[in-house]
Amino acid sequence: MNTLAVAPVDTDSTDRDPKSWQDGIFQTLKSNAIELVGYVPDAGHSSVITQCRADEAITDVVLTTEEEGIGLCAGAWLGGKRSVLLMQSSGVGNCVNAFSLQQITRFPLVIIVTMRGEYAEFNPWQVPMGSITEQTLKLSGFMTYRANEPAEAVELTQAAIDMAFGSSIATSVLLSQRLIGRKKWVRK
Amino acid sequence: MLLKDRGNIAVVTGLGSATYDVAAAGDHARNYYLWGAMGSSVTVGLGLALARSDLDVVVVTGDGEMLMGLGALATIGVKQPENLTIVVLDNGYYGETGMQVSHAGAGCDMTGVAKACGLAQAITIATKDELNAAVPLLRQRGSTRFLRLLIKADEPPRVMPSRDGVEIKLRFQNAIGAQTA
Repeated sequence: MNTLAVAPVDTDSTDRDPKSWQDGIFQTLKSNAIELVGYVPDAGHSSVITQCRADEAITDVVLTTEEEGIGLCAGAWLGGKRSVLLMQSSGVGNCVNAFSLQQITRFPLVIIVTMRGEYAEFNPWQVPMGSITEQTLKLSGFMTYRANEPAEAVELTQAAIDMAFGSSIATSVLLSQRLIGRKKWVRK
Repeated sequence: MLLKDRGNIAVVTGLGSATYDVAAAGDHARNYYLWGAMGSSVTVGLGLALARSDLDVVVVTGDGEMLMGLGALATIGVKQPENLTIVVLDNGYYGETGMQVSHAGAGCDMTGVAKACGLAQAITIATKDELNAAVPLLRQRGSTRFLRLLIKADEPPRVMPSRDGVEIKLRFQNAIGAQTA
């Protein structure tokens, strides 16, 4: 959706510390027995990536392009392992044809997407893909959840995992740029 | 010939001729055929190899499909799962689309690419003797293997396996005893 968040700005809220909701996402991966995490390095996911890399029970796989992650997760599920992908909104565009693997073979697929190009963005090159990320996912058969507030990030990650692994479908959590980017890109 | 005495080896195929050729070698519950998602065969193999370290996983694909996922060789180079072998059937052409010359046919040496990505055991196989000698590599451990098989650019009759992705997936998971509950 090409819309801007318009909720009141709450710049002093301490729970906006990215570390706290990122820790929450990592804990949610752990409590749901996620054993494999594929990612393309991304600032918004950096804390989760660091924690995954440090966790011996999680196999972390750094990808050259997000598209590799779809095959990776398909293969992991073939072997009975639960996985999650972390990517930036631009990466969703890199995956489109590979998404057919999920639609045709129906395996649980969870993608956590950090959004760019939708809110207080300084780089116009992020806008074209960022503004069609959610539509692209929906057109590709994903159920999408959007987190605008820190408390939503964990709840929606849990919901996405429940839906995907309960029903063998594709789900995604969009972490809005307002949630991620406030400290860096807030306008004074 | 490569899969003649395959035993419990799990095979993932890349779309096009590799899928037909593996089916022609004998349909098997431990075959996972791709008919699309071009470029994904080696990443499916990577995910499976990482998920099931007890399995010998062999990806069989063509030069065109491998070229579309060439970056995945760098990804595999980082992880080096020792139970994974990548076999590229390289005829130098895009056979499925009318025999246009591929980058491999135009000089791209994928064995060299694989080596540069950190796959130390990357070899090119040009003769039947070399192929026979390579069969034990499918069960070898230590580091990921990359085998580029130079094959003739002919078109044998096609053997087409099931295109039902869910059926193939479930059959495969049952065969390897995947715990998905």
